[in-house]
Amino acid sequence: MGENGKPKFAMYWAAGCGGCEIGVLDIQEALLDVADFFEIVFWPVAIDAKYKDVEAFEDGYIDLCLFNGSIRSDENRHMAQLLRAKSKILVAFGSCAHEGCIPGLGNQYGTEALMDYAYSLSPSTENPQGLRPQAVYEMPEGDLEIPTLLDVLTPLDAVVNVDYYVPGCPPQPPQILAVMTAIMQGAELPPPGSVIGAGVKTVCDECPRERKEKKIREFKRPGTAQPNPNECLLDQGFICLGPATRSGCDALCVKANAPCRGCYGAPPNVEDQGARMMSAIASVIDSSDPEEIQHIIASLDDPLGTFYRFSLAKSSLRRLAR
Amino acid sequence: MKRITIDPITRLEGHGKIEIFVGDDGQVVNTYFQIPELRGFEKFAQGRPVEELPRITTRICGVCPEAHHMAGAKACDAVYHVEPPPTGRKLRELLYSTFFVADHSVHFYVLAGPDFVCGPKAPVAERNVLGLIQKVGIDAGKRFFGMRRQAHEVIKLLGGKAIHQVTALPGGVSRGINEEERKHIEAVAEDFVDFGQFTLDVFEDVVLGNQGYVDLVTGSTFRHETYYIGLVDENNCPNFYDGQIRVVDQDGKETAKFHPSEYLEHIAEHVEPWTYLKYPYLKAVGWKGLVDGKDSGVYRSAPLARLNVADGMSTPKAQAAYERMYSVLGGRPCHQTLAYHWARVIEIQAAAERMLELARDPDITSDDFRTVPTATPTEGVGCVEAPRGLLIHHYKTDERGVVTDANLVVGTTNNYAPMTLSIKKAATDLISGLDEVDEGSLNMVEMAFRAYDPCFGCATHNLGDEGSLEINIRRRDGTLIHTARR
Repeated sequence: MGENGKPKFAMYWAAGCGGCEIGVLDIQEALLDVADFFEIVFWPVAIDAKYKDVEAFEDGYIDLCLFNGSIRSDENRHMAQLLRAKSKILVAFGSCAHEGCIPGLGNQYGTEALMDYAYSLSPSTENPQGLRPQAVYEMPEGDLEIPTLLDVLTPLDAVVNVDYYVPGCPPQPPQILAVMTAIMQGAELPPPGSVIGAGVKTVCDECPRERKEKKIREFKRPGTAQPNPNECLLDQGFICLGPATRSGCDALCVKANAPCRGCYGAPPNVEDQGARMMSAIASVIDSSDPEEIQHIIASLDDPLGTFYRFSLAKSSLRRLAR
Repeated sequence: MKRITIDPITRLEGHGKIEIFVGDDGQVVNTYFQIPELRGFEKFAQGRPVEELPRITTRICGVCPEAHHMAGAKACDAVYHVEPPPTGRKLRELLYSTFFVADHSVHFYVLAGPDFVCGPKAPVAERNVLGLIQKVGIDAGKRFFGMRRQAHEVIKLLGGKAIHQVTALPGGVSRGINEEERKHIEAVAEDFVDFGQFTLDVFEDVVLGNQGYVDLVTGSTFRHETYYIGLVDENNCPNFYDGQIRVVDQDGKETAKFHPSEYLEHIAEHVEPWTYLKYPYLKAVGWKGLVDGKDSGVYRSAPLARLNVADGMSTPKAQAAYERMYSVLGGRPCHQTLAYHWARVIEIQAAAERMLELARDPDITSDDFRTVPTATPTEGVGCVEAPRGLLIHHYKTDERGVVTDANLVVGTTNNYAPMTLSIKKAATDLISGLDEVDEGSLNMVEMAFRAYDPCFGCATHNLGDEGSLEINIRRRDGTLIHTARR
C-alpha cells in the first residue's frame, strides 16, 4: 500500500484487441469506485504510460495487475516479466492472456507464414523486393526499431507465473464487477492458480434452450442452416461448445441464436477444452457403423478451429498442429 | 541530429510509435510513424468455415468489432451469392448506425474535444474529458455517458454481445426483434438525434465561436491536398453500411467510382521494412513515397473524406450541417485536416438520423430476417465504412465454404500515409527551431494525427490525470535532452 493507504492498481494491454479494456469501462459508474479505492499507478490507455516508471518500482510494488493480451512479440514478453516482478497479484485477464484466444490460431501456421501472407501473398500487396519488417532498420537519419515477433503466440502463463485467471472474450462486465468488488471488500481469494470471475459449471447450465437426447447424424453449419431458437443447438446438429465451456457469460451467444464458441475456456477440472468437446461429440454420434461414423465426422469442417477456437495456444496440441 | 520519440501510442493493433528527427540546425529532418505488431488474421482465417469470419475478425479490434462483423457478414453474403431480405439488412444497418453514433462521440468528447474546448495549449491536467465537461457544462457529461450506456444496450440487444457481436450471418442475421424491443430502440434513436444536434451546437459554439481555433482549422499547418475515398449511395450521399466506392481528386473531381468487389484494380498496399503496417495507395496514380499532391497515390479516408466524395447527405439535419461546413470552409473538397472533427460530428447526426429511420421502418420487426444460402460458395468482397475509414474483407472458399484466402484492408490503415504526412508537416512547422520543445507544441503535433481518430486510445484515453504519451528528445547517441509528457 502507498502512503495514502490505497492499494496500487495496474492494467496492461499486450497483443490483443482492446476489448478487455472496453469491458472494464463497461462496468460504468462502478469504475469510479474502483478508481477511488485503488491508486492507479500504470494503465496506458487511461493514464500516463511510462515504462521507465514501472522499471523504477520496487518488486511487489503493484498490489493488483490485470494483464490482457497475449505474448506475440519480445516486447510483450518483456512487459510480462517486468509486471510479474513488480506485482503482488498478477491476473491473466481475458482470453488472450488466459489461453491465447483467437490470434492463437496463428500457431497453426507459424509466424513466418503469417508474415509471408501479409507482406507478399496478399493480393493487394505490392512488394516486389520482398521486404519484411526488421527489428532494426537503418535509415539515413538513424536506426528505427520495432519489436520482433516470437515463433509462436503464447498465453501469459507460458512466460511468467500467473496468480489468477479471468476468462472470457471479453470478460463480461458483471463478472469484472464481481471480481473487483470482492477484492475491494477484502474477500478471501481462492488459492493462486484459480479461475475467478466465472462460474463453476458449463454454459449448458446457463442455456435456456430445451434439451432432448442428443443424436447427431450430420453436422450443420450456421452459414447454411438456420437454427431453431428454442432447442439445444447440439441437438439440432450445430456444433456448440457449451458442454465444454465454463459458465459465467450468461450464455449470451446461444441466447442470440448463435452457437457457443468457447471463449470462457474449459470448465473446472478439465485440462483440454477441445479434447473434452470432441469426446462429448463422439458420444452423441448416432451410428455404430464405422464407415457411417467416418462419414458423419467428415461432415465437420475445421475441427481444429472449432474445438480450439480460443485455446489452441494453451492446448495440449499447441504447435503440433503444424 | 536529435531524435524525438513518442512512444507508446496505445491502440492500433497494439501500439504505435512516432520518431521525429531534428537536425543540428533545429529543423525537422524527417518523421517516422511505426506500428510494432502483426497478429496475422489473414493467414489464420484460412481453413475456417467462412461464416465464422464475422465472429473471428471482430478480434482485430475490440473498439470497433461491429465494423469487422459487418464487413465479414457482407463478404459472406457475396461468397454465397445471397442477398439478405430487407429486414436482415436493416437490422444490421440499425446496429451499425447505433455503433457509429457511440464511436464517433467517444472520439469527439474524450479524445479530440478537449484540445478545442480546453485549448490546445491548456495545462495537461485540464485538457481531458473532465476539463471539457467543466467548460461545456455538466449536462454535456451526463448526455455523453448516458448515450454511451444506451448504445451499449442497443448493440447488445442487436448483436448478442456488446463487444464482439455474433448475430450477422450469410444471408441476414440470426434473430429478429419484437415490437417492444423496437420501441426501446426508437426511443434511444430519438435521444441520439437530440444528442447529435447538441453536439453540433457544441462544435458551433466552442470551435467556431473562437477565432483562434478557426485560424488553426483553416491554417496551412494542418492541410494536405490529397485524393479522397468513400462509400456513397445511389445519390452520391455517404453510406456507412453499403454502396459504391467513389474517389475524388484534389479539385473534387471524380476519378473513379467502382463496386467494392473491384477494389484490387484500384487500391494496392506498399510495404516498408521499419513498420508492421502497410501503406494503401491508389493504383492508378502509384506509390510515390510519403508525399501529397496529384502525382502521389496517397489518399485520405474516414469522416472528412466521406463528405468530400459526397454530393450531399441523405438525411435533413446532417445535410444542413454539411452545407454549413462547406460554406464556412470555402467549398468542397476541403483539405484542412482539422476539419475531420467537424465532419465527424456531422456524421454523428447522420448516423443518428439513419438509426431513427430504421427504428421506425415497418420492415424492422418482420420475421423474414434471413435468407439461408443455397448456392455453392466461391468468392466475395464485403465493404463498409468503419469510423476510421474504408474497411474491406475479401474471402475465397472451397465448395464447402471453407476459407482458402482472406485479404483485409482495414480502416485506420487507409490513413496511415496521410497521418505520417500530417505529423511531419506539423512537426516541421511547430517544432523546428525551438530550443526547448514545450508540451503545448508537442500536443499540437499530436493534434495532426488525432484528427484522423487513429484507433489508439479511442475509447478510454485521457479519462483523467495525465495522457499516455511520453516524448523524449535525444541526441543521436541517445543522450536525453528533454522529456515532455501528456
